[in-house]
Amino acid sequence: MDIFGVPHQALLGQMFIGLVNGSFYAILSLGLAIIFGLLNVVNFAHGALYMLGALLTWMALNYLGINYWLALLVAPLAVGGLGMVFERTMIRHLRRLDPIYGLLLTFGMAQVLQSLASNSYGVTGLSYSPPELLRGATDVGFMRLPNYRAWVVVASMAVCLSTWYVVERTRLGAYLRAGTENPGMVQAFGINLPLIVTLTYGFGAALAAFAGVLAAPVVQVSPLMGADIVVVVFAVVVVGGMGSILGSIVTGLLLGVVEGLTRVYYPPASNVVIFAIMAVVLMFRPSGLFGTAK
Amino acid sequence: MERPAHHWIAALLVSIGLSTLAIPAAAQTAPKISDGRVRFGVLTDMNGPTSDLAGPGSVLAAQMAVEDFGGKVLGLPVDVVSADHQMKPDLAANTARQWFDTQQVDAILDLASSPIALAVMEIARQKNRIAFVNGAGTSRITNDACNANTVHTSWDAYSQSYSLVDAVAKQGGDSWFFITLDNAGGHGVERDGMAAVKAAGAKVVGSVRFPLNSPDFSSYVLQAQSSRAKVVALIASGTDSVNAFKAINEFGLNKTQKVVAMVTFIPEVHALGLQAAQGLILNEAFYWDADAGTRQFSERFFARFKKMPDAVHAGIYSSITHYLRAVQAGGTDEAAAVMKKMKETPVDDFYAHGGRIREDGRMVFDMRLVQVKKPAESKKPWDYYQVLATIPAEQAFQPLAKSTCPLIRKP
Repeated sequence: MDIFGVPHQALLGQMFIGLVNGSFYAILSLGLAIIFGLLNVVNFAHGALYMLGALLTWMALNYLGINYWLALLVAPLAVGGLGMVFERTMIRHLRRLDPIYGLLLTFGMAQVLQSLASNSYGVTGLSYSPPELLRGATDVGFMRLPNYRAWVVVASMAVCLSTWYVVERTRLGAYLRAGTENPGMVQAFGINLPLIVTLTYGFGAALAAFAGVLAAPVVQVSPLMGADIVVVVFAVVVVGGMGSILGSIVTGLLLGVVEGLTRVYYPPASNVVIFAIMAVVLMFRPSGLFGTAK
Repeated sequence: MERPAHHWIAALLVSIGLSTLAIPAAAQTAPKISDGRVRFGVLTDMNGPTSDLAGPGSVLAAQMAVEDFGGKVLGLPVDVVSADHQMKPDLAANTARQWFDTQQVDAILDLASSPIALAVMEIARQKNRIAFVNGAGTSRITNDACNANTVHTSWDAYSQSYSLVDAVAKQGGDSWFFITLDNAGGHGVERDGMAAVKAAGAKVVGSVRFPLNSPDFSSYVLQAQSSRAKVVALIASGTDSVNAFKAINEFGLNKTQKVVAMVTFIPEVHALGLQAAQGLILNEAFYWDADAGTRQFSERFFARFKKMPDAVHAGIYSSITHYLRAVQAGGTDEAAAVMKKMKETPVDDFYAHGGRIREDGRMVFDMRLVQVKKPAESKKPWDYYQVLATIPAEQAFQPLAKSTCPLIRKP
């Protein structure tokens, strides 16, 4: 059976590939949405933190012999810690200024991280193999599915959903959300809001790094990998609605699939399709598909 | 009060007349070097996707060539300037114009990526200076876009397609699928590649074009897989080709179909590692470990750069040396005279043995068909290739008879 001239088996395969890319978009835009929701910072360093996650994974294996599974834990922790330092020493001081300052600062941070990495490792990047356990591919009928890609979808969904649960369904999440709505009141109840803000930025950074670790075996670990993806992820966040947790997860997956299908039907448009959708959404729903107007 | 325009024009004409009168007299006594120096401009991609292929290594190669020549030609200083074109043809054209107009640059080198090369060689023509294309591969450079001020020293679309396709088609590759970079360079290689496929009696069953800097190739690899073509030709360079290979490995494309990399070079093989790149067949203008001459240069380069040179780097060294020799022999750096000298003299160095620059600006020399070694076969770092064959200059490059370059006097 052909669907618009493409066999349906090939189409299913392509949709699955889209889902894999969508998983990266989801996890990255989730981190962005959390940081924007609570700190009101447009975190342009997100791509660089993602790159750092992947680079640390490579370094951990090649310098310290730390394997992939351990890196999955270590790299996000390290990058999360670095994120907290950034928040304490720099981002914090811009809290009372226009959000554009935060954007400029994080953009600058991204440039510094990226240049440091490309000076040390060159742009062609470094190769990282999938862990032994997940090598090879399984025939699932409509395609040969690389085991590692299936793992990416599972792992990122698990992380996205638990994050959503924590923010929307637990007491800690309630503090977070309350802190965004009315910081003065929350502090009056004796909650250490500055600490929560720092932890949140750290968590957002850790999410980016987690995506980086997941990506390391799939794409070449290169200093430019973050710069390539961050712009797309921003578009995802805008489509989903700035600050909306569930919105960024669903939109990330959805746009990944749309992009995958575009690669089949009209490849030249695959780079712009997400931005075209963003423009349309902005025209009809300026606060995004899942956002609420403030 | 302003002077009428014809006063200025008259003054200009008089000064032009005087200067043309003065030149022959001066030429007999002193060498004619503009601005009292020879300056090379390395215009390259310092941070982008081709910066490992060209980039800082190109600047070093240029400096080494000038140092090895003694830093002087005809008693006057020689130096190198460099700039990053950021993969933007408009920026490249502006830099070239500025270099020629105000920075006393005599020749521009590198020009990695085809749109850049096409833009800058046109400026060189307008300003009557010289452009060496060492880092771009579209065959337009020596065909419809050719000019008398340009030398093309690296691979081109023809060299990367005909000989490769021919070799693979002979091993039974009778159906082809192309995964092509969507820009001028990619289209050029694809066009020549498809023509070569047909010339070899094989057929093209499909193709897909991807945008520059694609992080994920799985979609294209899947399309190639479902085409069931026997050979998949990949036209991608830099990070793109590395990411493409990751996907090719992951989906097991190289287990069921033969993968030919048409514009992949040693920096990408280095980045991929032999585990992922083994068995790949490619065509190189230069391999550091080919003979004593290449090793001698490459080891000196490695000592300063910590990476082995590739065809772009070696090509730049060769171009500068050839240019300076032509200036020395002709006693001038006037573009037409230097070009004439460079075309008369064979290029004989570690980069090209018995190479020559043709009328259309194409430098022709022997190329090498190589196969990436298995990890177990590699004895030392950077020991990556098995040289399968030498492709003689006449076969490696498009014959003059087929060229559409307007400079060629057709009988």
